[in-house]
Amino acid sequence: MALKTWKELPIGCVVSEPGSASEYHTGSWRSQRPVWNDAKCIKCGICYVFCPEGCVQQGEDGFFRANLDYCKGCGICAHECWPKAIEMVEEE
Amino acid sequence: MGKRVGMEVAIAVAEAVGLCDIDMAAVYPITPQSHIAEHLSDLVANGEIDAEFVTVESEHSAMSAVIGASGAGARAFTATSSQGLMLMHELLPIASAMRLPICMAIANRAISGPLNILNDHTDIMPQRDSGWISMFVENGQEAIDMSIIAFKIAEHKDVMLPVNVNIDGFQLTHMVEPFEMPTQEEVNQFLPPFVPHATLHPAKPVTMGAFAMSDYFAEIMKAKDEALKNSKKVILEVWSEWAKLFGRSYKPVETYKSEDAEILMLTMGSMGETAQMAIDELRDKGIKAGLVKLRLWRPFPFEELKAAVKNAKKLIVTDRAISFGGPGGPVFSEIKSALYAENQRPLIYNYIYGLGGRDIPVPEFVGMFEKVLADKTGQLVDSYEFWGVRE
Repeated sequence: MALKTWKELPIGCVVSEPGSASEYHTGSWRSQRPVWNDAKCIKCGICYVFCPEGCVQQGEDGFFRANLDYCKGCGICAHECWPKAIEMVEEE
Repeated sequence: MGKRVGMEVAIAVAEAVGLCDIDMAAVYPITPQSHIAEHLSDLVANGEIDAEFVTVESEHSAMSAVIGASGAGARAFTATSSQGLMLMHELLPIASAMRLPICMAIANRAISGPLNILNDHTDIMPQRDSGWISMFVENGQEAIDMSIIAFKIAEHKDVMLPVNVNIDGFQLTHMVEPFEMPTQEEVNQFLPPFVPHATLHPAKPVTMGAFAMSDYFAEIMKAKDEALKNSKKVILEVWSEWAKLFGRSYKPVETYKSEDAEILMLTMGSMGETAQMAIDELRDKGIKAGLVKLRLWRPFPFEELKAAVKNAKKLIVTDRAISFGGPGGPVFSEIKSALYAENQRPLIYNYIYGLGGRDIPVPEFVGMFEKVLADKTGQLVDSYEFWGVRE
């Protein structure tokens, strides 16, 4: 997405398209990403509940993954996961 | 023509705002602005104007409420003073960044500490860089006129910026003066209905005041700066239209006997009228003195200022605020900076005066001129002094 010049900005930077925040991929901020160990996961969904981005989703197999377009790597899921099934791994 | 009336200026400002078909006002009373809040709430309570008067618990809330109302498409007004303005501070740049044409009357008063309720400009100066159009008035008539004009400037489609009108507390707000109050028909003719650039409405959802990171922040600041600079063109147009309708013309920089003046003084606000009397006294003594009055503070009128002072040998800039530990008064610093690149410019002197309501009668102004005229070696040039302070 090409960045707008100052002349192209709407007056007052009003965002006229509802839901357009999803176009902004905050995943680029991440320095660590969560990796699930499905062998330890009990599918309790606490990671899903606590994710402040709402980017943890449950797959058809019942296991959880983060949408890496939006995951900022905050590590809250790994901190809250009491069976310790989530490990935060450094991004390259 | 409007009706000739005698009235307290603060009450008259509320009356004038009442003529502007405002949709809402959120004003928290604070001395010396309180009469504006009280009278405006009377007008609403008595059904004289069809507007919401939102009673708020602080000035922070007042500014928040007018931001919300303006965002929803309402013509919104507020007024404050001193500590109230300081409490609004964090919201002022947000109102201008969101390009909300809010109008605010400021009854200028010293900021604490020590606690003081009287007039100077220490409250508005810290708000200088908030991105608001900012103007100063000299008397009651100007206070009324600018209170009405402010809406037209703010809401112009090429401006869409908030405007503050600075009215010296007590010195102006509490004076009973004779002036012409425009009629409702005249104001209706002058001020078209407010057409917002966007509104908060469920039928057409928008986001106002969204988040922006380093990839956009600078572009947004640049756009805001350009918007404020470009507003001068509209300000001049609107003042000229006002002159045609009401016969009272306004300029960003007003001058008095400055044409052939060798020594000039620059004032902002109500002190201009007293200084004008000092000019007359000096002229009677054969001294070529003149006065430059700065009405428009933001956007700063560079061209007009340069033209007004270019032939003078000496320029006394007066300030009613001080930048502690800095170059002197904020106006002084601004004027010096504006003239820095000019080949021909006057020697500039700075007096900080009238702080916390200290009265400055005509002989004091004459005294400033005499002191600067006596400075043959130029040792006072570019320096500042607290005028009349006890040593």
